[in-house]
Amino acid sequence: METERGLRTRMLPGLTVLTGRGLAGWMVIVGLAIVLSIVVMTLISPWISPYDPSALNVGPLRSPPNGEFPMGTNHMGQDMLSRVLCGGSIMIHVAVLSVLFCLTIGVPIGLLSSYVGGSLDKMCSLIMDSIYAFPGMVLAITISAMLGRGVVNMALSIAVVYIPSYFRIVRSHVLTIKELPYTVAARSIGAKGDTILFRYILPNVVPSIVSVATVNFADAILTAAGLTFVGLGVTKDIPDWGWDLTDGRTLLPSGAWWVITFPGIMIVLLALGFTLIGEGLSELLNPRLEQ
Amino acid sequence: MVSLPLLEVDSLAVEFRTRRGVIRAVDNVSFSLNKGETLGLVGESGSGKSTLGHSLIRLLPYPGLIVGGHIKIGGKDILSCSEEEMRFIRGENITFVFQDPMTSLNPVKKIGAHLVELIHTHKPDVNKEEAVKLAESALSDVGISSERIDDYPHQFSGGMRQRIMIALAIALNPDIVIADEPSTALDVIVQAKILDLLESLRDAHGMALILITHDISVVLERCEKIIVMYAGNFVEYADSLSLHKDPKHPYTQGLLQTVPNIELADQKLEGIPGSPPDLLDLPKGCRFWPRCPQVISVCRKKEPPMIELGKGHSVRCFLYGGARR
Amino acid sequence: MGLRSYIATRALLTIPMIMLLLSFVFLIVRVLPGDPVLLHFEKAASPETIELMRQRLGLDKPLLDQYFEYLVGLTQGDLGKSMQDFSPVGQQIFSGFPATLELTIYAMIIAVGLGIFLGVRSSQSYNSLQDHSIRIFGIVMYAIPIFFLGMIFQMIFGVFLRWLPTGGRIYPGMEPHGLKIGDLHISTGLYTIDSLLEGNVFKFVQALRYLFLPSLTLGLVLCGVFIRLTRSNMLETLRLDFVTAARARGLKEKTVLYGYAFRNAFLPVLTMMGLQFAVLLGGAILTESTFSWPGLGRYLVDRINFRDYTAIQGDVVFFGILVAMVSLVVDVLYAYLDPRIRL
Repeated sequence: METERGLRTRMLPGLTVLTGRGLAGWMVIVGLAIVLSIVVMTLISPWISPYDPSALNVGPLRSPPNGEFPMGTNHMGQDMLSRVLCGGSIMIHVAVLSVLFCLTIGVPIGLLSSYVGGSLDKMCSLIMDSIYAFPGMVLAITISAMLGRGVVNMALSIAVVYIPSYFRIVRSHVLTIKELPYTVAARSIGAKGDTILFRYILPNVVPSIVSVATVNFADAILTAAGLTFVGLGVTKDIPDWGWDLTDGRTLLPSGAWWVITFPGIMIVLLALGFTLIGEGLSELLNPRLEQ
Repeated sequence: MVSLPLLEVDSLAVEFRTRRGVIRAVDNVSFSLNKGETLGLVGESGSGKSTLGHSLIRLLPYPGLIVGGHIKIGGKDILSCSEEEMRFIRGENITFVFQDPMTSLNPVKKIGAHLVELIHTHKPDVNKEEAVKLAESALSDVGISSERIDDYPHQFSGGMRQRIMIALAIALNPDIVIADEPSTALDVIVQAKILDLLESLRDAHGMALILITHDISVVLERCEKIIVMYAGNFVEYADSLSLHKDPKHPYTQGLLQTVPNIELADQKLEGIPGSPPDLLDLPKGCRFWPRCPQVISVCRKKEPPMIELGKGHSVRCFLYGGARR
Repeated sequence: MGLRSYIATRALLTIPMIMLLLSFVFLIVRVLPGDPVLLHFEKAASPETIELMRQRLGLDKPLLDQYFEYLVGLTQGDLGKSMQDFSPVGQQIFSGFPATLELTIYAMIIAVGLGIFLGVRSSQSYNSLQDHSIRIFGIVMYAIPIFFLGMIFQMIFGVFLRWLPTGGRIYPGMEPHGLKIGDLHISTGLYTIDSLLEGNVFKFVQALRYLFLPSLTLGLVLCGVFIRLTRSNMLETLRLDFVTAARARGLKEKTVLYGYAFRNAFLPVLTMMGLQFAVLLGGAILTESTFSWPGLGRYLVDRINFRDYTAIQGDVVFFGILVAMVSLVVDVLYAYLDPRIRL
């Protein structure tokens, strides 16, 4: 009881800060709510799904939504409701992994490159700009095709596409802060490079990184779905919303709309959740028009 | 004296409705302006002088709103006319020279095009050649060679851009020109030149000029009538000679003490202690009392009324009456 | 600086970018998987078959030699040979390119047109219900996977209502062939234009019918970016001094909105169009797959299914060069429209 109240009193101030900030604040709240509920749903799915999502023939094939199967069944007789409840896990894994890769690779390179400057910086920038200019989906598909299937490979291909975004935002911050009077002052009294990097620059860059990361999550989910759609996703056995979309395509001409609709809506919701957080955060962090 | 004043402002009130509260930027101000006169509007930033200027052409930025009073130009009440009617008045009868010349011109438009566009909007019958001639003459009036008519704004210095703004303001021979801090963004020498230019144009075209500035030395030198504003209110209204010789309001007295006078050997320059109040959290009573060296007890309780002292000199201060009602 | 020298400088800068791009693709497709030929033959194939393919494709030479051959070949327009039948990849790309181009153009028109219209609307009524709804619309649209939206459209318009075709580019046999006068033959490869050149209205309508859903899908998903950009740029620009100064001169509101505000807010939109072209191409891959649109994207997916790595390489290289070219054109256009950039 005590910890509950303690948690609530600590959460509430944060909540009121957000609600008082107009549309942007609400976007963050709604986004967080959506993302958290989906994550929780996926986590507890093994316990709440009525059937084993991979089990075949639990019901009549291609049956439209009804009382027994609220989301219908697909052409292999699998229960769509169970598949919807459990299908987010791969996407969430891929998204989290790819963001982790980006953070561990993109941010340090960005920090180092822009801080050190010189030809290292020029070279890194050129490489990153080239990757950035390349069509993301094409790059992800190509790398994924070369690496093969699997969660880690998907995450890697997506990460390569988004590392330049992290690099750029970190770099632009570092370049600005590097020349600000208080940084120059610190250097003049002999502060070491890594002190400056971590105590002066990093704290300022973090909000922007968070902003990029949330958008990255959303894009990762959409790209993961896309990769699955062109056949580069994961193997059939694991329930996955992207897979259901690809698979259910064949059922469309016969009018079996339910197989793709529900998983599709889930993907939209998850991507939407992250996008709302990202949009809201970026407006909160760069408040535009006050007076 | 001229019978009908060119500009009449009566009990004007302007509010800004923001998320944090309502700000009354201009509170119950009245004044008038005659043909050919120069009026100085002086005050610190936040005093409401710019807002007053903007409301005279009905171009308040969001979320500003004129909530009370009348503004009459040539007898016509401009607060009740439509936006379309107002559009004709702007640029032709009353014009505005903005504060920052660096950002007041369209970056992708040649300066000649700015003028020609203005001419065509208000006088669509004028043909292209005549319009260009008018543009060239307006430019030469402000000292810019007509050869530069096809140049872009970024190719000019700040001082020259301000001249272009002025050219735009006088091109159609308006009756009233409002200049908002016309030289604040420029250095002192250019400042003087710009103000001289405005004066000579005023003499040449016979228009009335309103100078909005925070620099009291400027208005003392160049204006016939001066209004001193503080926190949205008029605190003193007089002709410049009377104001200089005999300032009544403690704030005006304070302002005058900040002007260095080269002839005084041992002048003590003193600023006014404190800072202007937050318009969302005004002190009770007279808005100036927390900084006033001559404050009396009634000042803290009631807002002083505007008191006429004769010869066109009025002041908003309990020191001159209004305390016993 | 002048426009001409800017173009020259910018064009010169493109060369190292493209070099980097090409090397990057080479790295990914040839070097990364180790041996593309082995990968192609997933199941065991006889060593002779493997060696034969290697020879025919020039994959048995040392890596550095392959790299130079690759670069030299590209300057001559050689994009490699397919692993499936050793046919030149360039030919396939040449026939698929107009289809992707047509799809991309129409999708861009929809995305930008809708985006600007809604963005300007949104900025005019700042903080109103209309403003919020438009913004949410843009955000939601972006969160919808392209192929999902495509499939929904196919379901509604193709299966349930039966108004529009669900796949393909045109009914077989009805391809427009453009203008033919004697020996002169002008055709763009874009069915909508070719049918008009031909003077055949029926073909034109058919081409549009097949084009409608795919370009609408791609355009809708991407319009969100333009809504957001136009809105924020308009909001910033409308507050700028020169806009108020223009109003203070009594200029018409329409002139102020479009001649002053939008003209200055538009330039970033143009740059964004260039940047979004890359995204558009990526989206085109998924759209083409969904609608069986015979373009470069579907070709890529096709080749992936066949594990035809040399063809994949050729296709990806083409994508890269295409994007670099478009980016160059956009930058030049930007410099032409904004006199400040050149100086």
